[in-house]
Amino acid sequence: MRVSAGRWLGDSPVGTGLIWGAVAVFVALAGMVEAFAERRIIAGVVALGPALPFLAALGAGYHAARRAGGRGALAVLGRGVGAGAATGLAVAGLVAAGGVLNLRAVFVNASPALFSLLSLGLGPAGGFLPILVGAAVGMGGAASSLVSDRARRPVVTGLVAVLVIGLFQEMLQLMLAEGWIQSALRELLFAPDALSRAGSVVVFFVAAGASAAWTYRGERVRQQLMRVPPPQRRLLKLLGLGVGLAVMLVVPLVAGPFLSHVLVLVGLYVLMGLGLNLEVGYAGLLDLGFVAFFAIGAYTVGLLTSTGGLGVAQLSFWAAVPIAVLVSLAAGVILGVPVLRIRGDYLAIATLGFGEIVRLLVLSDFLRPWLGGSQGLLTIPKPSIGGFELRGPEHLFYLTLASSALVAFVAARLRDSRLGRAWMAVREDEDVAEAMGINLVNVKLLAYGLGAAFAGVGGAIFAVMLGSVFPHSFQLLISINVLALIIVGGMGSMPGVVVGSLFLVGLPELLREFADFRFLVYGAALVLMMQLRPEGLWPTAAIRRELHAGEEMGASRQGAWATTRHPG
Amino acid sequence: MSRGDPLGSSPSHLERPARRSWVEKLEFVSLFLWAFRVAVILVVIVGTYGTVSAGQYPGPVWADLVVFGLAQGSVYALIALGYTMVYGVLGMINFAHGEVFMSGAYTAYFVADALARSGSLDRHPLWSLLVVAVVSMATSTAVAVLLERVAYRPLRHAPRLVPLIAAIGASFFLQYAFRGLYGSGFKAYPEVAVLKGEWVLAGIRILRTQAVVLVASVLMMLGLYVFVMRSKVGTAMRAVSEDREVAALMGVDVNRVVVVTFAVGAAMAGAAGVLYALVFKQVHFFMGFVPGIKAFTAAVLGGIGNIPGAMLGGLFLGIVESVGPILFLDGLGIVAPYQLKDVIAFTMLVMVLIFRPSGILGERLTVKKA
Amino acid sequence: MAVLASRNLTRRFGGLVALNQLDLEVEKESIHSVIGPNGAGKTTFFNLVTGFYPPDEGEVVFNDVSLNGLTPDRVTRLGIARTYQNIRLFANMTALENILVGMHPHLTSTWIGAVLNTAATRRDEEAATAAAVELLAFVGLKGRGDLLAKNLPYGEQRRLEIARALASRPTLLLLDEPTAGMNPRETIEMMAFIRHLRDERGITVLLIEHQMRVVMGISDRVTVLHYGTKIAEGSPSQVQSDTQVVEAYLGRTKWGRPENGGHA
Repeated sequence: MRVSAGRWLGDSPVGTGLIWGAVAVFVALAGMVEAFAERRIIAGVVALGPALPFLAALGAGYHAARRAGGRGALAVLGRGVGAGAATGLAVAGLVAAGGVLNLRAVFVNASPALFSLLSLGLGPAGGFLPILVGAAVGMGGAASSLVSDRARRPVVTGLVAVLVIGLFQEMLQLMLAEGWIQSALRELLFAPDALSRAGSVVVFFVAAGASAAWTYRGERVRQQLMRVPPPQRRLLKLLGLGVGLAVMLVVPLVAGPFLSHVLVLVGLYVLMGLGLNLEVGYAGLLDLGFVAFFAIGAYTVGLLTSTGGLGVAQLSFWAAVPIAVLVSLAAGVILGVPVLRIRGDYLAIATLGFGEIVRLLVLSDFLRPWLGGSQGLLTIPKPSIGGFELRGPEHLFYLTLASSALVAFVAARLRDSRLGRAWMAVREDEDVAEAMGINLVNVKLLAYGLGAAFAGVGGAIFAVMLGSVFPHSFQLLISINVLALIIVGGMGSMPGVVVGSLFLVGLPELLREFADFRFLVYGAALVLMMQLRPEGLWPTAAIRRELHAGEEMGASRQGAWATTRHPG
Repeated sequence: MSRGDPLGSSPSHLERPARRSWVEKLEFVSLFLWAFRVAVILVVIVGTYGTVSAGQYPGPVWADLVVFGLAQGSVYALIALGYTMVYGVLGMINFAHGEVFMSGAYTAYFVADALARSGSLDRHPLWSLLVVAVVSMATSTAVAVLLERVAYRPLRHAPRLVPLIAAIGASFFLQYAFRGLYGSGFKAYPEVAVLKGEWVLAGIRILRTQAVVLVASVLMMLGLYVFVMRSKVGTAMRAVSEDREVAALMGVDVNRVVVVTFAVGAAMAGAAGVLYALVFKQVHFFMGFVPGIKAFTAAVLGGIGNIPGAMLGGLFLGIVESVGPILFLDGLGIVAPYQLKDVIAFTMLVMVLIFRPSGILGERLTVKKA
Repeated sequence: MAVLASRNLTRRFGGLVALNQLDLEVEKESIHSVIGPNGAGKTTFFNLVTGFYPPDEGEVVFNDVSLNGLTPDRVTRLGIARTYQNIRLFANMTALENILVGMHPHLTSTWIGAVLNTAATRRDEEAATAAAVELLAFVGLKGRGDLLAKNLPYGEQRRLEIARALASRPTLLLLDEPTAGMNPRETIEMMAFIRHLRDERGITVLLIEHQMRVVMGISDRVTVLHYGTKIAEGSPSQVQSDTQVVEAYLGRTKWGRPENGGHA
């Protein structure tokens, strides 16, 4: 029976394993294995880097087992072994090739150190080891597919918890530096560089236990919550928000300057995300030149407050911000007018073009006398409230938090308004929306303008955060970054923007090695999410409402058309 | 509003055509667009006048710029072919096509480097270049086929925004993947001894590399045109571009045609990569982005889906970009006009998308709205 | 008195003449059907009336106001609403939201008012929601407001589309094949509903239909198009016996009397 190569690769366990193996080889050659080699999860046991290829084998085993289609347990495990071994084979192949050929001439990361890591210290001689380990891990992956969902979930949760806490151990240890309860906790859980073995066990069981408890009890709790009447429910929600707010207010005091700085960055991206969310999420206008508005906000504040040579006026920050917002809004409208009639892909490229034009002009020597060219604007003073200067990242964090809250509030009001509905109609079907009496020009320009204004707020804070403004800070990559976090978080959803921002902005800052591979992972994340979960991690209320509406439905129908007169 | 009557019988004040404010808005938009067009035309005319009257640049300089523009433009044209064919067949912009171009050029660098070091490049330049070109085209094709299979095919029937976002993601993924694999530095392509120097044709100076680029591009474009117009696969491609469903009903294997389209476009881009390296002598992981956008501009200029159009669009863009900074920006007294070279290209992009999205050569598509 | 009148209305697409010098008048508070084989230009006519594209020649006049050059949103604000041959609801919005969008021209709240949550905005929104809920009940979709439009069954989607059109309080309603895909019972109910709209609400209805039972059953006047040209016009019985019309439909089931099958 002739089967095409593609089909074989997809269906057979060895084929699946080889595909995962190719991914593992790629990950290794791209440098992620080595980069993360120092990132120890459990002291003396496992670091993230070398674990990656074996995670691939785990995935291969699970994947192949899922395709087993109802065969016996032994067959399933066999498939897992086969797939895992194939993955290991690919890795071993790389190590072997590395021993023979000078791979390093082409692939910069194909160093002996890498091969040593991949073969668990044995080098090219120990080539068979990855195959064996891969087979074992693959079998484990296959085994996990045999276990029921309910049993598997706590285990997975436990492992993920260990991974996450291990990854962030530096930050957590910093937070537990003072006080004897915290110190005791720290001693228990952590070794100098990672989770201690005891700590990992504790974390695993705590997380797994919590997950199991939720699985078995969670349904009942959720039912009870559903039965709470609306006024109480709103109270609960407000309470939840209140607690969240309290936590937010306390965080900088606990977290220290570095973490606060990261949170400020996350906050700025949340501001930009909320702005782009108006354009993309609500109105469906894909704007890839969005970073230009961020830049305009920053430059406006810079020009108006800088004490240096290019400063135009010595205004205070608080006077400059409203002006920056208005200027950004105007820019949004001005750049929006030409593209009003363009749609879809073309709109994305056109806005990208405008964004690049703005960036190149700002960078040029032509505008250097006014904007500072590639050297930008310097000596932008920090804002101060009645003599108290907002110097540190903690202060800026509160400023960012307040701005984000305000902007989110405005965005929420807009979303539930007549304009918000008009935007969504335009996103769904522009022509029919127009036929509903919606003035496309007004509605689109409002989206561009308001979105730009939100970005302008972010830019203003950015300018004072750095104390200077450089054109290099405003590249297309930032627009893509903002777009990515909206997509990953959930288009049109505000909690989604926050989630996306935390993941896509916070994570690279906290995991320094990750920074090099940031866009690689973003890119892959975008492609994967579009296929697996295009609605994002935290989709909008409408989708969630829909999922529950079926339970609440009690439609009464008296004939298809409930007219007051009976058909005569 | 009477109870039980959700329709309401009293006409709202909005039924009165309050034409004034709305008409103002429309005129405002048209006015703005008109002003935009005029501004650009003014810049061109005034600048050109300024440059010409200053007479700072002698004839040979202009000739050099035009030749360079043609060479650059033919590279854009080859890349544009990939955009235009994929858009014709799938209706989407393959945002990652610039990275397809980059992958070929970047990978082939290693072959070129090895050949140079072993001396083959100098002893058998034609064969060596052919080998380099084949490697480049093969890599580009492999990347493009993989791209289509992994990122685009599952999204064939998704709403408009989804494949575009996937394409953007793929573009960045590829850029940083190659950065990870090959490193972030600039790699200098070896010089081919035979191609050093220049020829003089009818008083015009042409660098040998530029000549090679021009000739090779024209040959490839002609080859592609014949392929699309005459061969069975090419006809199938055109059929799928017209109407995918009907082509499938006629027995065309749409998936295969799509793969072939991607492959052919990628091969063109791979060849363009080698030619680009001959002219610009450097490759690095980010090299695909700007040429990609410019090639897309060229494709739209010539009418998306229109193959001869893409070629002409590329050449046109190349020349304008090469001659433009000196021709009109310098005449306006702009300092360092070459920094704004890309601004010219992007302005052309934006203008064609706003004012003539069907392209200069393309057919006017009537938009079926309901 | 003619509510809608087209004079010499012509539209071409490249070489194809979709509509050829159409003169048509729709009387106030009448139910006027436009019929013809596929490709006869019926939907093109609707598109010209609603302003989706401009005519190449001729004009359309609504209550003595020329519709030429008006964009669709202006046309709607004058009091014309329509439904579509292939249902075009806002798929990812709920049924209620679809209707609220339909009410857009009649709502007075501004975005600034929404941000500030002024009393006027709140009143406006509450009234709109109440009206939308009643409209849902009116078309038999009571309680279905929170469902996403794309998840409604086909018949309910058709009804929602009509509700959305009614939300803009039109005096002229353009229905493009409202009974497509409906079984006989639903069709009869739709016929009664359309009559109800005209009788009780005074809405003039312009109808594109293929089911002859519907056309013959409720129309006051019928216009027949063929390849973009009007070939017959008159009362249902007049049109039914017109030889040209019968020829145009040659090859299809002979329509007319219910016992023959009833629809083309």
